[in-house]
Amino acid sequence: MTLMKTLMGAAAAIAMTAGAAAAEPAVIFDLGGKFDKSFNEAGYNGAQRWAEETGGKYLEIELQSEAQREQALRRFAEAGANPIVTMGFAMTTPIETVAPDYPDTKFVNIDGWANLPNVLTISFAEHEGSYLAGVMAAEASESGTVGFIGGMDIPLIRKFACGYAQGVKSVNPDATVISNMTGSTPEAWNDPVKGGELTKAQISGGADVIFAAAGGTGVGVLQVAADEGILSIGVDSNQNHLHPGKVLTSMLKRVDVAVYNALTAGADLETGFKNLNLAAEGVGVAMDDNNAPIVTAEMTAAVDAASAAIIAGDVVVENYADAEACSVLDF
Amino acid sequence: MGKMPLWADALLVPLLSLALAAFFSALVILGIGENPIEAFNLMVDGALKRSAGWGYTLYYTTNYIFTGLAVAVAFHARLFNIGGEGQAMIGGVGVALVCLYIPWPHWSLAIVGASTGAALFGAAWAFIPAYLQAKRGSHVVITTIMFNYIAFSVLGYLLVEVLRPTGSMDTASAAFPEAVHLPNFHEMFAPEGSRMFRGAPANVTFFLALLACVFVWLLIWRTRLGYDIRSFGKSETAAKYAGISPLRITVVAMLLSGALAGMMSVNTTMGETERLILNSTEGAGFVGIAVALMGRNHPIGILMAALLFGFLAQGGAELALWTSIPRELITVIQALVILFTGALDNMVRMPLERLFLIIGKKEAS
Repeated sequence: MTLMKTLMGAAAAIAMTAGAAAAEPAVIFDLGGKFDKSFNEAGYNGAQRWAEETGGKYLEIELQSEAQREQALRRFAEAGANPIVTMGFAMTTPIETVAPDYPDTKFVNIDGWANLPNVLTISFAEHEGSYLAGVMAAEASESGTVGFIGGMDIPLIRKFACGYAQGVKSVNPDATVISNMTGSTPEAWNDPVKGGELTKAQISGGADVIFAAAGGTGVGVLQVAADEGILSIGVDSNQNHLHPGKVLTSMLKRVDVAVYNALTAGADLETGFKNLNLAAEGVGVAMDDNNAPIVTAEMTAAVDAASAAIIAGDVVVENYADAEACSVLDF
Repeated sequence: MGKMPLWADALLVPLLSLALAAFFSALVILGIGENPIEAFNLMVDGALKRSAGWGYTLYYTTNYIFTGLAVAVAFHARLFNIGGEGQAMIGGVGVALVCLYIPWPHWSLAIVGASTGAALFGAAWAFIPAYLQAKRGSHVVITTIMFNYIAFSVLGYLLVEVLRPTGSMDTASAAFPEAVHLPNFHEMFAPEGSRMFRGAPANVTFFLALLACVFVWLLIWRTRLGYDIRSFGKSETAAKYAGISPLRITVVAMLLSGALAGMMSVNTTMGETERLILNSTEGAGFVGIAVALMGRNHPIGILMAALLFGFLAQGGAELALWTSIPRELITVIQALVILFTGALDNMVRMPLERLFLIIGKKEAS
């Protein structure tokens, strides 16, 4: 320690370049890291797109510890970063603590629920997007059994699972939905091997379409599903390209668009609540060249019909977050 | 061999190991095209030159003191408790239950209650591996690490199904009532209107950790139980011959160890988040192993080592904030320190011992 201090002392003369220029925006990635092939990566892609298009720069941190949440917010706010975009619901409580101390800084919280004058809270209707994924899964399934693989058993993932199961049952009321969670530690979001094992188990249980909502773990699910010749459904980002012709679709959650828009608006960002649902194109299912060969006309018609019904309000997808229970799936 | 003066053993060896670790870290940072001097500068500036930085450093230090002491107490009985992570996690459940369901009038009473709850829960989590080791010979290394995963699952279940307030999407318990709020350094030391320590999580638990150091020192070197633990650790057969019950010592040492690990969550759960969250220990239980190893299982050594690792944790956070050094690299730097101070200890120690032997001979002749 003492030695380190001396070392540092010798170096103290060198000027610090760390202090950031004012009004650069900042992005705070959650514990999963910005390359989780999923939620955080979608945010990263949005931020990168903004940086490439405008030539702007942004500060960023991938959190490593819970205590860093408040710290990162404060340090970025003190350095003049504006707006500060945060990923994930776990940032809500730290933002509620920090935001009142920096009234001139705008905070953006994706997936959260903070209600403060200088905070923009963006939420997604994951249950609606998952419903559409379920509709496609049921249309594509020949065995009448489909699978769901989540990361950790937390309310947000139950919201995905419940919407998916409802979509499946809307097409085929007799269908079976097998649901598994990967683990109980944060590693569950980044465990492709375990994801692959669960996929094999679900295949032996008869599943022939599997929806993975498990961050990096989903990469293993998609891989094994492709190897075993069944279909899979990706999540958050468009993952159709990972195994062209083998990934039925991806449940899109346009986190990238939300981050991109927030950075584009800059310090003039409008605060408040924004719910990005199906109508606002915040969620949806990915259709592109990669899955075009396996998507039949019936599927497209069914998805379009379900989508129109949800937007029109004729079909109300049960939201696990409101009901705290799911009528079609037990946890 | 072994003729090194105490100061060289306790100070020179770790310092040289640290210098080696710093050197190799610098090479790694150079390798990815960043300036190592600037990076070190940033770490020191962020961790030690600002009051809020100290607030974070000491917050992490508090965690590492508890988990380090936990590993050390078990190690004196030659038990390798690597279940500090799980014990701290379950200790957190104890803290949460005590804080949520007992209407405390004042934090000073609440901290006593929460510490007791944390210690009891942590000890209870260590009891089963201890009993299996003592009675059945199931190796404590295997059982404690398995219990970490069970603890993760138990905590996950409790937070999703039992302690989570209805309607909340966050996997966390309800916030603790205002009355059990522990004073942090900002409230304790900052003069009126000053921003000293503002926003930093270091709190009164730090002093509890210092007390725990004194307690462990008294226990191990000044009590009959401590003597029993040490003699059992040195030689089981000799201890048995002297009438020390291996069963009793194994269980008692593990209970104490679990209790100390559990008490870490007074700092994280009660002092910082003020609610029970899913990821409250974040590896401090494992860092405790390195801390105990580096601190030679002595409370003073553990205090110093915990301070170093606290500095690394906070300094690493500063690097992550202001540079593009990826966070994996910060883990690499921390791992290098562990590697050189713990695992490769003899690499520095043996040449030094030889050196001192030569010097000693020359003086003698």
